[in-house]
Amino acid sequence: MKIPDLTELALRNLRESLLRNSLTTVGISVGVASLVAMLSLGTGLQQMLSRRLEKSGLFDTVFVSSRRDLRSGRQEERSGPTPGESRVLDEAARVEMEHLPNVKEVFPDIRFSTELQFEDKPHLTMISALPLSAKSNDSFDGMQGSFFSSDTAPEVIVQKSFAEELLGKTPPLGQPEPSVGELAKPLLGKELIMRYAQRAEGGDQTTVPGPENDNKESEPVGGSYSVVSREQKLTIAGILDLDPESLRGPMRARVFLPLGLAENLHVMQLVDLREITRAASEQPVYSSISVRVKDPSRIQGVEDAIKKMGFTTFSILDASRSLQQVFRVLYAFLGIFGSLALIVASIGIVNTLVMAILERRREIGIMKAIGASDGDVKKLFFAEAGAMGIAGGIIGVVLGWAIGQVINFGTNIYLKSQSIPPEHFWAVPLWLVAFAIGFACFVSLISGLYPAGRAAKLDPVQALRYE
Amino acid sequence: MTTAPTIPAALGTVAIRSENLCRHYRMGESVIRAVDGVSLEIRSGEFVALLGSSGSGKSSMLNLIAGLDRPTSGSVVVQERDLAKLSREELAKYRLHVVGMVFQSFNLIPSMTVTENVELPLRFAEVDRGRRDSLARESLERVGLKARMGHRPSELSGGEQQRAALARALINRPQLLLADEPTGNLDSHTGTEIMDMVRDFNRELGMTVVMVTHERALAERYARRMIFLADGKLVDERDNDLSPGSGTERGHA
Repeated sequence: MKIPDLTELALRNLRESLLRNSLTTVGISVGVASLVAMLSLGTGLQQMLSRRLEKSGLFDTVFVSSRRDLRSGRQEERSGPTPGESRVLDEAARVEMEHLPNVKEVFPDIRFSTELQFEDKPHLTMISALPLSAKSNDSFDGMQGSFFSSDTAPEVIVQKSFAEELLGKTPPLGQPEPSVGELAKPLLGKELIMRYAQRAEGGDQTTVPGPENDNKESEPVGGSYSVVSREQKLTIAGILDLDPESLRGPMRARVFLPLGLAENLHVMQLVDLREITRAASEQPVYSSISVRVKDPSRIQGVEDAIKKMGFTTFSILDASRSLQQVFRVLYAFLGIFGSLALIVASIGIVNTLVMAILERRREIGIMKAIGASDGDVKKLFFAEAGAMGIAGGIIGVVLGWAIGQVINFGTNIYLKSQSIPPEHFWAVPLWLVAFAIGFACFVSLISGLYPAGRAAKLDPVQALRYE
Repeated sequence: MTTAPTIPAALGTVAIRSENLCRHYRMGESVIRAVDGVSLEIRSGEFVALLGSSGSGKSSMLNLIAGLDRPTSGSVVVQERDLAKLSREELAKYRLHVVGMVFQSFNLIPSMTVTENVELPLRFAEVDRGRRDSLARESLERVGLKARMGHRPSELSGGEQQRAALARALINRPQLLLADEPTGNLDSHTGTEIMDMVRDFNRELGMTVVMVTHERALAERYARRMIFLADGKLVDERDNDLSPGSGTERGHA
């Protein structure tokens, strides 16, 4: 039979027992709706997370570290350090990275632990340096006070929990925390004294032997420097309303300095001790460097180029890759749950069609007697199953989309009442629409397989005798 | 083995030949011999009546000729096709192109209009819609049912339904018309109308007609030859003299 004829006959047959077939179709559409709802929730969550990551400003950043840092000594012995592999992350490397195509900004990650004095009380903390470009980062959204006035200004931004510590206001666990505004008033513009170890170039004072070069002479080789204890006055410019745990990468610190100032201070860092035996020049050595890319889509190329230079790199691209893995698992999970209803609905199709065979037994017999082949009968039942599948799929997608809209709307009302900005965490992409309809059709045809086969095998003599 | 319709052969060539044809059913322990070793020959253009009481095997015989059923043993050859050797697919094509069937209970599909019922075989034959329409109209015109084209079978009288069934049997221009008690559900007047039509098909279109009936009078009036079956066996065969003007042709009212 030709396809238009088949479709026409199938639709006619479906119309004949309208109520039963409509109910079956509703069953399929509920199944599809649940599948669409589940998967669009997954997609929406992924999109929301991606948007968040992008806004964090880390999407366009490659973190570079020396390979020596991350590998265990034993592994290095085995592979043997090639010149490229054991490269030192120094000023020369930084300049080289700055000249790579598509690179916007290269800045060293300066992080050190030191003592800050506030009103003569010492506080030990982790300090990190930030470039001025970090101002656009969403971490500074809820900040009190202002960002650094210049790259070398003697100013600090302190993190909320450190501010509590400075004021001696750390609340006991479970108590409500004081608001940033409360903390800002007594602190903004106040002075802090930072004590730190300065690395003084070419000094002839005590040379510091690296802890790792046991088998080398302790005579100074190449560059040497002295360590001097210094103090620096700093003004509190801003209070940051974020937990240090929620900050990322080099920003995991409680106090922030402008990058230019931090570089000028030549603070002694741990990496200095490690790299002293290797650095050919007297230039400072960095434990890690952040490379910002002009366009997030170029990040792969930049990352590869830096890897070729002999450094270890990490970018959010890697993180988002593993994130995609997580979402794939989540999709499978949501998909399985969503499909359950569809599978139940498919049993409805089998039921409906088997009933139809019983009802139309005589009709099948007549069709066979006047020349219908087994294939014709089979295709007819198949077409009926498929038609219910397509109709159920389309209605289901609309239903699923509507459910999503309602939930989106409802949740955003709730978020608004909690003064959280609204989020769009429900997305029905086009591929999902196509997939859902296709899947509904596929499931329906699979369900039609058994009834269609049974109808085709019907013995016409028996069927015609049946009243 | 061709399945395409061919021009009806001239009277005299063998249209149907069965040799020691058997159809046995198993019913629990016992075996029912519905058709039990029937050998017969029907020539092209013949009008043959299969007579017998109920359970004599005449309907089973007709189903075997129609290709609706397969013999247990023996052979039935229709227009040089050995039906026992055809595949299910080939048998369906044989039923579609070679055989036209009418039944006692008309067997029209109730959800379809008369036209749709009549053109249904053409759908299976994958004939274009335009050609289908004209053939259905032509066929319905032939049985005098043109005014009822858009009606459903339930809106027709018994005679009209059987005429629609005849139109459907006719539409593929088969060489063989098989009728299973075609007047069984009709009053005698309507039955005569239907039988006259069948005879016209036999004479004007050259169709070979095999009719199953238990009414001897009907067979004597229309069939050239009567074959008697009892207990699945062929018990008697008799020719009928149907010379024009013998008086038995035009029916009694």
